[in-house]
Amino acid sequence: MLLKYLTGKNEDIPAGSSAIFFGFSSIFWFVVGTGLGSFNAAKLAFPDFVTGTELFAFGHMRQVHVLAVIVGWISMAFAMTMMYMTPALGNTKLWSEKLGLWTGMMWNIGLSTALFSLWIGITSGREYSDFAWPLDLVILLGVITPLCVNVIMTIAHRRTQGIYITNWFFGSCTFMVGIVLLVGNSPEYFHLTGLSEAYLTWWNAHNLLGLWITPVAAAIAYYTIPKLTGNPLYSHRIGHMHFWSIIVFYSTPASHHIMSSPIPEWLKSFASVEGVLILIPAVAFVANILLTMKGKWTLFVENIETKFSMTGVLLAVPLNMQGGFQQTRSINWYIHGTGWIVAHAHLALLGMSTFLEIAAVYFGLQQMLKRKVYSLALANIHYWFVLIGFCIYWISMTIAGLIQGAGKIYEVPYIDVVIAEHPYMIARWVGGTMVFTGNLVWLFNMWMTARVGTLVPEGRYAHELAYDR
Amino acid sequence: MAFKEYRLGSAMVGGALGLSMIITIFMPSFDLRSAVSTKMALEKQLSAGFDVGFGYADPLLLGINRPLTVVLDADPKTGAKFDPPVTAYIYKPGVPMPPNVRHPHDLGKGVEDLSEGLGQIGSVSGSNHSVGQREGVVFTIGLGEFDGEEVSYIENATATRGWTPDATLAAAGDKNTFKISQGKTEFVVQGCWWCHTLLPEQTQDWQVFGAPPYLGDFNGENPTAFGSDRKAPDLLHVGSRNSSREWMLLHFFNPRLVQVNSIMPRFDYLWGEKDAQGNVIDYDKWRAEYLEYANGKRVYPPEVPDYAPDSEIRALIDWVLSLK
Repeated sequence: MLLKYLTGKNEDIPAGSSAIFFGFSSIFWFVVGTGLGSFNAAKLAFPDFVTGTELFAFGHMRQVHVLAVIVGWISMAFAMTMMYMTPALGNTKLWSEKLGLWTGMMWNIGLSTALFSLWIGITSGREYSDFAWPLDLVILLGVITPLCVNVIMTIAHRRTQGIYITNWFFGSCTFMVGIVLLVGNSPEYFHLTGLSEAYLTWWNAHNLLGLWITPVAAAIAYYTIPKLTGNPLYSHRIGHMHFWSIIVFYSTPASHHIMSSPIPEWLKSFASVEGVLILIPAVAFVANILLTMKGKWTLFVENIETKFSMTGVLLAVPLNMQGGFQQTRSINWYIHGTGWIVAHAHLALLGMSTFLEIAAVYFGLQQMLKRKVYSLALANIHYWFVLIGFCIYWISMTIAGLIQGAGKIYEVPYIDVVIAEHPYMIARWVGGTMVFTGNLVWLFNMWMTARVGTLVPEGRYAHELAYDR
Repeated sequence: MAFKEYRLGSAMVGGALGLSMIITIFMPSFDLRSAVSTKMALEKQLSAGFDVGFGYADPLLLGINRPLTVVLDADPKTGAKFDPPVTAYIYKPGVPMPPNVRHPHDLGKGVEDLSEGLGQIGSVSGSNHSVGQREGVVFTIGLGEFDGEEVSYIENATATRGWTPDATLAAAGDKNTFKISQGKTEFVVQGCWWCHTLLPEQTQDWQVFGAPPYLGDFNGENPTAFGSDRKAPDLLHVGSRNSSREWMLLHFFNPRLVQVNSIMPRFDYLWGEKDAQGNVIDYDKWRAEYLEYANGKRVYPPEVPDYAPDSEIRALIDWVLSLK
C-alpha cells in the first residue's frame, strides 16, 4: 500500500497517511533507541557483558543510541505531529501527503544507513554531529528540507486568519534546524580545525536542542492540552513571548558547553547570562499550560494523553531550573562532565520532550486511524514503566554526578569514584530497561489499535469515547 | 488579510537568528583566528595529519594514508649524530598535507612567517599542497626568533635538509616509528572519548590531570574530541603520568588485570588475529583461563600476547603515549 501511495497521485492518498507512517516509524525507532540505551547501560554496570567483539563494544554503540533516539524517535515524532497538527490548525489539508510519505521513506532509509555507518566506525568524531558529512547533507536535503517545505506550504495555504502559536514554532523551527545543521557541520566540509571546530561542534549540539527539540516539544503541548481539555489556551500572547524569547535567548549560549576550554572569556560570560535568560521562555511555557488546565485537572488522572502531556510539562520545571543555573560558572565547575549532565540530558529528552511527544503520538494516531486506543490498561503500564524507569535513571545519575563532582574537587583517586558509582550504574540500567519494556508494550498497543481498535464515529474525537479495555 | 503577520514574522525570525549568529559565530571568529600555534599544536597536527575523522583519503577510517612520526638519532642524509634525538613527521606520497600547511594563515602571526621563511613550507603549502601530497614530504619542528621571542615553526625538512620519506623511514627503523595518526583515529573510532576527556577542567583537575590547555594548543587539530561525559580519567597529559608501554599493553587487553574495579571495556580485539611472533592468538582459551583466574582457581592470569607490528593496538598505544 505504501508503494502504491508513493507512486500514486497526491489526491488519491487519504489524509493522515504520512502522519500514520511517521507515527509508527517513530515508535519503532524509540524501541530501537531505548533498547540500545539499555544495552549500553548494562555494559557500564558490568563491563564484561558481551565482550570481545568490536561491533558490540561500548564505544561503537553509545553514539548509535544517542542519534537513534534524537533523529529517529524524537525528530520523527515531531514530523508526525507536524503532519496532522499543521493542517488541523490551518483548517486545511496537508500541502502534499505524497511528499510527506516520501520524506518518511527517505528518513527511514537515510537514518538506517547513517546509523549503520556510525556503528561500524565511520564517524567525524564530533559529538551530536557524528555522522560523516555526506550523510549529514543527505539528512539535511532529503529529510529536513522537504519537511520544512511541506509545513511552511501548509501554513501558507491555511484557511484561517491568524497563525496559531504551534504553527509559528513548527514553521520557524523546521527552517532553523536546517540552518543549524548546515552551519554546524561546516567544520567537516570546510576542514575547520582547533577551537573553531570545538566551538562549532557545541554550537551545533546546543542549537539542535534549543531551536528544535525543546521548542517543538513545547509547541506540541500548545496543541494537545487545549484540544484534550476543551479549554482555550490561557494566553496566546504569553505563547508569543515564549516563541520570541526562545529564538533570541536560546540560540546564543552555545559556549556554556565548553566553559573549561580556552575560548574567549567574553563569549563564556555572554553565554552564561543568556543561559539564565532561558528561564523566560521556560516560565512562560509552563505557566501558560498550567493555567490552561484550570478546572480540568481530573483529566490528568482520567485521560492517558493528558497524563503524558502534563507529566512532560511538569518535568519542564526541574529541567529549566537545572538548565538555567547549572551552566553558570559558579555551578558549572562542579558538575561539568559528570553524570549530572547525563541525568539532565535525559530529563530534557526522555523526560520533558518524550512525554509530550508520546501524548501527541497517541492522540494523532487515534485521530488519523479513526480508532480508539486498544487498551487503557496497556497504556497505563506504558506510562508507569516509562515514568518510573526515567525517575530511577534520573535520580541515580544525578547522585552519581554529585559523587563525581565531589571526587573531582577533593582529588579522590579516580578509581574510587568508579567504585562509588557502581550501584548507580546498576540502577541506571534497571531504569533504562524499564523504559525499553514500556515502549515494547506501547508498540504492541498501537499495533492492536490500528488493527482492532474501536472505530471513532465521524465528527468525534477519540478522547471523547470511553475506553474499551 | 490586510495585515500579513507572517511576512513581518518571517523577517523578524530571520533577523533574530541572524543577529544571534553574528554574535555567536562571526564575532568569536576574530578571537579564534588570532590564536598563535604553540609547539604542542604543531606536534599534534604534524603527527595527526589532515583528517583524523571521516575524510577522502581514508573514508572507512582504516588508518590508511596516514603520516608516521619517527625519532631520529642521526641525520638520514649526512649520518651526523643527533643529541638529543630529533622528531620527524613523514608524509609519504598520497598522504594529504597537514591542515595548517594547507592553510598557513591559521598558524598565527610569527609561526606562519617563520614556517614560510626559514621552514620553506611554501613549495608544499597553500595551492601547492597537491605537490607535497604527490611527492611526499618530511617535516620537523624548528625553533626560531620572531619579534624578539622564541617561536616554534614547521620546517619542510625535504627542502631544507634533503630528507626523503623513504630514507628517513629507513634511518629510523620500525622501533622508532610511531603510528600516532592512526592511533588517534582508533581513539575516535573505538569511542574512547565517550568516557576519557581530553580537556582538564579549570578546577582542582590541574593537580591530577595536568594543566588545562592554552588558546593556541589546538590549531590544526580536527576533531578536537574534548569529550563531554567523563566516566574515566582525563587523557590530555596521560603520557606524562604513565609512560609504560607494558602497563598499557596489559590494561588495553583486559583493564581488570591491572585495576580490578575498572569499568573500561576490553580492547583485546585490537590485537587482531596474530601476535608478534606470528602465532594465532587463541582468545577463547585466554578468556577461559582468565575466568579461572578471576574465580580464584589460578594464581596468575594468562600471559598477554605481544602485539604484531601492524596491529591496531600498536597505533593506539603510540598515540596514548604521545600525549605528554
